[in-house]
Amino acid sequence: MELTAILLSIPWDQILIQTVNGVVTGMILALIASGLTLIFGIMDVVNFAHGELFMLGAYIGVVVLATTGNFWLALLMATLVVALLGAAIQIATLRPLIGRDPLTTILATFGVSLILQNYALWQFGPVARKIQEPFTGRFNLFYLEYPWYRLMIAALSAAIIGGFWLFLKYGKYGIWIRATTQDRVMAQAMGIPVPWVHTAAFAIGAGMAAASGVLFGPLVGVNHTMGLDWVLKAFIVVVVGGMGNLGGSIAAAIFISLLEAYASIWVSPAQAVIVSFIVLILTLLFRPTGLFVPTPK
Amino acid sequence: MTIAPLDNTTPIKKTRLSHNAVFWIGFSVVMALLIIAPLVLPEFWRRFLTEVLIWGLLAMSSDILIGYTGMVSFGHSAFFGLGMYGAAAALLMFSPPSLLLALAFGLVASALVALFVAYFSTRLRDIYFAITTLIFSQIFYVIIFTWTEVTGGENGLNFRRPPLAIPGLFSVQFTSETMHWFVLAVVAGSYLILRRIMHSPFGMVLQSIRENEPRTRAIGYPVQRYKIVAVMLSGLFAGLAGVLYAVQNRFAAPDFIFFLISGETVIFNVMGGIGTLVGPIVGAGFFLLLRELLGRLFGEQFPYLIPLGVIFIVMIIFLPQGLLGFARRWLNR
Amino acid sequence: MNAAVNATPLIAVDDLHTFYGKSHVLHGVTLHVSPGEVVGLLGRNGVGKSTTLKTIMGLVRPTGGSVQLAGSSITGLPPHKLARMGIGYVPEDRRIFRLLTVMENLRTGLDREGVSEARKQELLDKVFSYFPVLGERRNQAGGTLSGGEQQMLAIARAMMLEPKIILLDEPTEGLMPRMVTQIRQIIDVLHREGVAILLVEQNVPLTLESSERVYIMEKGVVKHHAAARDLKVNDAVIHQYLGV
Repeated sequence: MELTAILLSIPWDQILIQTVNGVVTGMILALIASGLTLIFGIMDVVNFAHGELFMLGAYIGVVVLATTGNFWLALLMATLVVALLGAAIQIATLRPLIGRDPLTTILATFGVSLILQNYALWQFGPVARKIQEPFTGRFNLFYLEYPWYRLMIAALSAAIIGGFWLFLKYGKYGIWIRATTQDRVMAQAMGIPVPWVHTAAFAIGAGMAAASGVLFGPLVGVNHTMGLDWVLKAFIVVVVGGMGNLGGSIAAAIFISLLEAYASIWVSPAQAVIVSFIVLILTLLFRPTGLFVPTPK
Repeated sequence: MTIAPLDNTTPIKKTRLSHNAVFWIGFSVVMALLIIAPLVLPEFWRRFLTEVLIWGLLAMSSDILIGYTGMVSFGHSAFFGLGMYGAAAALLMFSPPSLLLALAFGLVASALVALFVAYFSTRLRDIYFAITTLIFSQIFYVIIFTWTEVTGGENGLNFRRPPLAIPGLFSVQFTSETMHWFVLAVVAGSYLILRRIMHSPFGMVLQSIRENEPRTRAIGYPVQRYKIVAVMLSGLFAGLAGVLYAVQNRFAAPDFIFFLISGETVIFNVMGGIGTLVGPIVGAGFFLLLRELLGRLFGEQFPYLIPLGVIFIVMIIFLPQGLLGFARRWLNR
Repeated sequence: MNAAVNATPLIAVDDLHTFYGKSHVLHGVTLHVSPGEVVGLLGRNGVGKSTTLKTIMGLVRPTGGSVQLAGSSITGLPPHKLARMGIGYVPEDRRIFRLLTVMENLRTGLDREGVSEARKQELLDKVFSYFPVLGERRNQAGGTLSGGEQQMLAIARAMMLEPKIILLDEPTEGLMPRMVTQIRQIIDVLHREGVAILLVEQNVPLTLESSERVYIMEKGVVKHHAAARDLKVNDAVIHQYLGV
């Protein structure tokens, strides 16, 4: 029967593998995009340096891992150090620009990204480093073996995002962040120290990017340009998900990653990125406020 | 206008030069310096100056959007690159290589790309526009990088430099000096043309869009259409810079489409002074000169972008007008 | 009115000049509010009443003049400091946090340093007794409340700061007459508790009933100043500055 022939010709095992791959990549992308969305939502800053914070996180992970041999310590240190760096960057370069044209913040963060990228190149050289996975070991997915570590990345990313969501929903500071995001002026009138909330939000976003860097490190080589690809994808995710919309970015991240993963069954990974571009174009054409955002009135 | 009564004690006023006169005198002086330059400079600095002019043209094209229409674009690397590859295509496909064809192909390619990008990205404002142009320039980067059969992929394309020729009249090979003068003529001509356009009613509408877009729309101007034309105009001159680069250096590579080039262009704009047209050229010169000097002082391995990045950020915060910003009013009268 | 003159005013605004972009909105406003006083600020649309409140609250920077709180200068201080120093602000169009629940809205003011859990509960209980509707809807998102309920929430939220003075900007705007009475009652309650109020209003009768003193503004300056009981609704002065 023709139907059976068609069904048999579909590479189901590949699709399953790619589904898992897509979800794994999607969760990492979601983690990166969440930080970006948080920063944009609360202070209207498009953080061009986000990819570099991701990259620095990975490098700090490399260094801590080399000194202590402990992956989890590396993850923790990278997150904390980059969070502090993020706070410093926000205070030094973004606070002076409050009240100015929002485009100046794009330029400023672009400048920061150049500095961070070149610093990494200078300190660590052009050769890629490797982060060793904390545990190897695969399980059987059909007749193929799938690494446990990848599943762990997805789970951990989901846990971090989930934890962050809980923090936002309950907890005094979570309310401060949400109030500031909705109405910066009235938040101040209620005694919320908005400048510090901005700094904290930037630090949290930076920390999330750094964590993604360490988690993702074992999958690819760690080098000074790794931030570039991710920042672009993260921006696409944020636009497709609806700028400032946390749930939307997460959904968009997984959606786009799945599509790309499926596409890579048939084309090379370098070309699979075109998928995300197409999704972006379609979104801009038909639902410019975001694919996963209810249509505005 | 009432005429004041004649007063014997009124001192005779000194004649003051009109604004126009001052401009043309200044312009001529600068041009004279730039024309003489290749005759006195050593080879390296000669080429350096030519490159500054080409990058300056690119930055100037970007000023149309940033300085006059108020739209920050990160897509200029695509326009520049397509101009370069368009010229490359003409120079490779046709033998003997023709300068005019290179110009034609390059300009058409960049105009088409600009139209494509403009159509999608002008729907969005401000930050969203900037991000979308960036993403589009990356789309073109990926396409050119991976479509190896046509574009040479990672390695780019190499070709011969065409002669300076008007078919049927004359044809003479470029020397280093004549190349410089050709580039200078094109860049100076572009500046004058763009200046004229920005002072025309069209340019005034663009500036009004920058000042207050909702109001401009309320008055009745089809703002999006103006924006699309602005992007195309900008893309055209960026593509022209790309053609010049191709002709000057005889190769095309995907690196020039990578969005970092757009980023550097924006840096030239901000450093030089947006909204001045000539400021970005100065900004390009300033940046490239600093880069060269840092390299000579501290060695090739020195990460020159770190201090340059710091200077850039400091300028955004403390000198947002840029180097020539103080002259912006004056240059736009 | 005379008794208040000798004591240090709670809020003293002196020769305040403020710009909105290029337009010179306040041309030298001078007024004061004594502790526990209810003071009205009347005037037509656009004379600068809201801008005066915003400048006091630090939301807009003045270009000249000064604002003092209990004798010390607060000109130029950021709003969040002023809120903690005891100035509450209820803007026109309410501006409650629409995506936050009623409870969360209240918590933005309640979660301050140095306030014990017991005290927080007291404040909540008090506010829910004044505004039972808010108690009923405490877990609903602010954006789902009616206009009148949002106004109550805006005032309740400011009360969470335990302010010494509340800047009230057109609280009755867009409300039904029944709600206007409720606002009147709330102002009385606050007054009894010793909270000073600077009340900006278009509703002249309400203002004259609730306030002890009244300022009338025109074109960015105070043009008239009187005890509320010395003014009647159809006074010539009222007609001059507020008449249609």
